[in-house]
Amino acid sequence: MITVNGEPMDWSDGMTIRDILDYKRYVFPLLSVWIDDVAVPRDKFDTTRVPDGSKVQVIHMISGG
Amino acid sequence: MEKSQYLQQDLSCSSKLFQGGEQVMEKMKVLAEWSYDPAKPFRGYTGKTLKVNVGDMSFESKDVSEDMKHKFTGGRGFGLKLLWDSVKDTTKWNDPENEIVISGGPLCGVTQYPGMGKFYAVFVSPLTNQTYDSNAGGHFGPLLKFAGWDAIEIQGKAKKDVVVVVDADAGKVQILESPFDDVNAYTVTDALHEYYGDPNDINDRRFVSVVSSGKSAEHTFWGCLNSSFWDTHRKIPRLKQAGRGGGGSILRDKKIVALVVKTHDLSGTANNPADVDTLTRLGAKLHKEIITLDSKQCRMRTAGTAHLNEIMNEYHLLPTMNYKFGQHPDADKIHSKVYEKLYTQGISDGCWYGCSMACAKAVDGYELKTGPLKGTKVSVDGPEYETAASFGPNVGVYDPAWTIETNFYADHYGFDTISAGTGIAFVCECFEMGLINKKHTNGLELKFGNKDDIMELIHRMAEGKDDFAVTVGQGIHRMKDLFAEKYGADKNIMERIGMEGQGIEVSEYVPKESVAQWGGFFLTLKGPQHDEAWLIFMDRVNKQLPTFEDKAEALHYFPNFRTWFSLVGLCKLPWNDIEPADNATKYPPQEAARVPEHVQNYVEIFNAVTGQNITKEDLIHQAERVYNFQRVFQLRLGKGTRKFHNIPDRALGPVWADEWEARTEYYDNELKAGGVDPAGLSSQEKCDKLQKIRREQWEVLVDTVYKRRGWDKNGIPTVKKLKELGMDIPEVVAVVEKYAKPEDQWKD
Repeated sequence: MITVNGEPMDWSDGMTIRDILDYKRYVFPLLSVWIDDVAVPRDKFDTTRVPDGSKVQVIHMISGG
Repeated sequence: MEKSQYLQQDLSCSSKLFQGGEQVMEKMKVLAEWSYDPAKPFRGYTGKTLKVNVGDMSFESKDVSEDMKHKFTGGRGFGLKLLWDSVKDTTKWNDPENEIVISGGPLCGVTQYPGMGKFYAVFVSPLTNQTYDSNAGGHFGPLLKFAGWDAIEIQGKAKKDVVVVVDADAGKVQILESPFDDVNAYTVTDALHEYYGDPNDINDRRFVSVVSSGKSAEHTFWGCLNSSFWDTHRKIPRLKQAGRGGGGSILRDKKIVALVVKTHDLSGTANNPADVDTLTRLGAKLHKEIITLDSKQCRMRTAGTAHLNEIMNEYHLLPTMNYKFGQHPDADKIHSKVYEKLYTQGISDGCWYGCSMACAKAVDGYELKTGPLKGTKVSVDGPEYETAASFGPNVGVYDPAWTIETNFYADHYGFDTISAGTGIAFVCECFEMGLINKKHTNGLELKFGNKDDIMELIHRMAEGKDDFAVTVGQGIHRMKDLFAEKYGADKNIMERIGMEGQGIEVSEYVPKESVAQWGGFFLTLKGPQHDEAWLIFMDRVNKQLPTFEDKAEALHYFPNFRTWFSLVGLCKLPWNDIEPADNATKYPPQEAARVPEHVQNYVEIFNAVTGQNITKEDLIHQAERVYNFQRVFQLRLGKGTRKFHNIPDRALGPVWADEWEARTEYYDNELKAGGVDPAGLSSQEKCDKLQKIRREQWEVLVDTVYKRRGWDKNGIPTVKKLKELGMDIPEVVAVVEKYAKPEDQWKD
């Protein structure tokens, strides 16, 4: 189990940040992702694995207007 | 004489003005004239403002004091200050003393950094009868300053149609008798660019800019102000809109067909900035970011703001059928990739020089299918996101061609696509609920998705002969009363579903899932417009604003930061629709959302232009002074208290069962979180219970935000707050003291 923006989410072996974004349908392009308070560069989303028990923050940079 | 190609085929099918060309323009008669010596900008200011009264045909030059610069900065701040000095407490939108004040601000006209050509128009709005500010790109703001004026006030009412011309090349301001039978925007703008440009050089027309509106503005309160720029690539006039608040309706009420500014005194250093090198350095840095990163970020250079179409749909934020829903299966038909193919690519699309973000997309060669220009091929500015949504899913249509057609006529007739789209969405829901019928609509079947009849309604609003169309054009706030009075429609139902606040229609984001965005729309100075705070992601998705205090802090910072753009003459898009490559990793999440590097750029640019030495904290203080002044201004006009910060039920949550049933699991969880077990309840009962919970949350939000802003329980800035800001101007304090009550003061 991991948390994503404070909400529990099932964890699976090999899960990447991209898997989380796809599952959550987070399609906004200006995303910032932090795993246990460590920032992950945007170009590493596809390859960065998320450990079980992680606290993941997916931050959508403010936009609109 | 080269002809403009905005109408891209034989002009014989167009209006008679085009057939007449210069012959018609020669009939322009000078009604009044005033000579002046254009002041050169120094450190971003000319130090002069111009007042033109089209009623008594008078002209006046006013000096800008250092105190005025300190307290009001420029742009919207100058507009509010000048308007304050010109109106009475009782002034209504159509009183002659009401003004349209246009001002760019000290950074307006900078060419080294993207997004620096905006003007802000300030006026007492026909929709709200309180002050409104609305901004536009195009070249009018910069050219006005380079013609010698930090602001122009337009007051009075002409007896017949006029054109007001500020011609810095000739050192004259003129009020001319209008020659136009057709006052619609493209007709007027094209002819005036041609008239004032060098006949031997079509691109000389870039030294001219025109503000106009159109026929729809004469019959509705949704009139927009079109601001032109000459597109040297397409060789056509383009139009950008100060769309909101009904400024165009005031323009036409004053019988002004157009405002024209002309100057050749245009260069990259025309502001006479203190430090050009800094502007160049910061500009080069942002240009590089945009060129290298935009295609991976928001795709503003290819899709413009329409890149938001599918994003809003994914997050249940795309207003669908009068904001009932936030998502629709047909949204793929309006995907930004569809629009990208319709926009002409590979052509410079900035609406002011130096804007490499270039989001002013256009559809070229579009053949109109309806209306007086049916069969004519035209270039259409946009559609931008707001129009793609308002004249799209919000009225139940998923046809980009139809949206493009409405966009053209909106600009041409001079009406705001946001208010009109949201307003017609309200009409459609009323029609589908049986609150109004074909007898009332004079035969129109105004169901969601009925493109032909909605288009017909748009044309009827411009013609102004159809009583129903004219009623619709008064805006949702008045429609609720008029539908009840004239057609017997249920007022209570309309209050629940009419998406307006303070008299202005909600812009195109579904707010009902974000408590913070309730405030972002409905705790605003002028009504639910997205130029104060867009907090839905921070609040609802990122979960960065868990407490009411967190939300209130965001509803303090962002509205003030966004206000600052309006004081200095900036477009907000280069702030956070592009971000440095390391923004997401360099700063903690809360800070990253503010794009600190870009904020610092703005601080340095302000200092580089003006020669001052402000900090990022000073920037907020500059804005807060004007923000609170405007709040007191609303109070002075009989508004500006808590009861005007109203929010309709539809903005708080689902109103009808079908809204709930579109997301049953989601809303059931919301109800559980509010302490109510949804088991055994009907969908309508669940809606009603969630509404009660959220209405209570709304009241808590209002209290918390007022406290953070330094306002009393009734939403009035305290004298203490005004003193802190240095805005304890006697006449401002007098207004506060007139309305503030002891029982409304916070005890702590």
